[in-house]
Amino acid sequence: MPVTVKIPAPLRPLTQNQSEVVVEATGTVGAAVTELTTRFPGLKDRLLDDKGALRRYVNVFRNEEDIRAAGGLGATLKDGDKLAVVPAIAGGLR
Amino acid sequence: MKRAVVLGMGGLGCPAALALCEGAASLGLALTLRLVDDDRVERSNLSRQVLFRERDTGSLKAHAACERLRALCPEAFAGPHPVALEPVAARFDEQTASQLLAGADVLLDGTDSFETRFLANDRALAGRVPLVHGAVLQWTGQLLAVLPGGPCLRCLFEGPPPPGAVPACAQAGVASPLCGLVGAEMAAEALRLLSATPARAAGRLLRWEALHARFRTVAIPRDPACPACGPAQERVAARADLVHG
Repeated sequence: MPVTVKIPAPLRPLTQNQSEVVVEATGTVGAAVTELTTRFPGLKDRLLDDKGALRRYVNVFRNEEDIRAAGGLGATLKDGDKLAVVPAIAGGLR
Repeated sequence: MKRAVVLGMGGLGCPAALALCEGAASLGLALTLRLVDDDRVERSNLSRQVLFRERDTGSLKAHAACERLRALCPEAFAGPHPVALEPVAARFDEQTASQLLAGADVLLDGTDSFETRFLANDRALAGRVPLVHGAVLQWTGQLLAVLPGGPCLRCLFEGPPPPGAVPACAQAGVASPLCGLVGAEMAAEALRLLSATPARAAGRLLRWEALHARFRTVAIPRDPACPACGPAQERVAARADLVHG
């Protein structure tokens, strides 16, 4: 069940500069994130906290829908779904 | 008379203030513009902080910006509804927030600090002041409007990252032209809110990926447990007539 994960620019150095990564997820957003962080271990600390939950300054959208409103990492996936990782950014002043 | 408060006269605040002056003049809107920044102009700012010139180096940004706006937009300071400028050389923090937000009809946040951004979110909600949040990092820009009652920045991100966890623009860099785009969009959203025109980014995160010419919008659902705009807080319902026109 291939799922495309969009990687934001600030995290691309951790995915060999790939803006999209296709993972063979097994049913949930959490499974997709696990596969993603297994292939790109540097991402794990940026996305997940010590308990395996999404960090509070990172969010994931499934087909433009906030997964927090759809079961979080337990949100289900179907073939062809697209995930987007959205981190908080603060730039603008300097 | 309406009052817009701009936090941070940097890459976003400069184009936003310019667009607010021009926009208020063209709409016939009586506007007071409070520009808040305690920083001084540095030479490295000039490529994207479009109100400053080399001779402004070392000057307080809030005051230098006002001087430049008067020179660039003379029509905004004449006529029946001249724009009034209030430069404030101060930092937005717990001690100054109430004073800086006094009388505000809309708040525009273009600061460079996560702590300031979440504080602006919380204080705007508490004071029922609509907030226009804009941010740029590298080639990514984003915009979110927070109306009284939310959803808000904390519904999207629960809180700020620890220091160093996310690169700031000073380290990662910023695409200067994208600052102009996002700053102008911040001003346009603020003018919509000030003129009772439906907001475009209320409850929605607008994201630009300029390097790939991509623009996306994602809906932000209200988090029922949000500490800033959730049921535990005294809220007013978001005005339906100001959302998603």
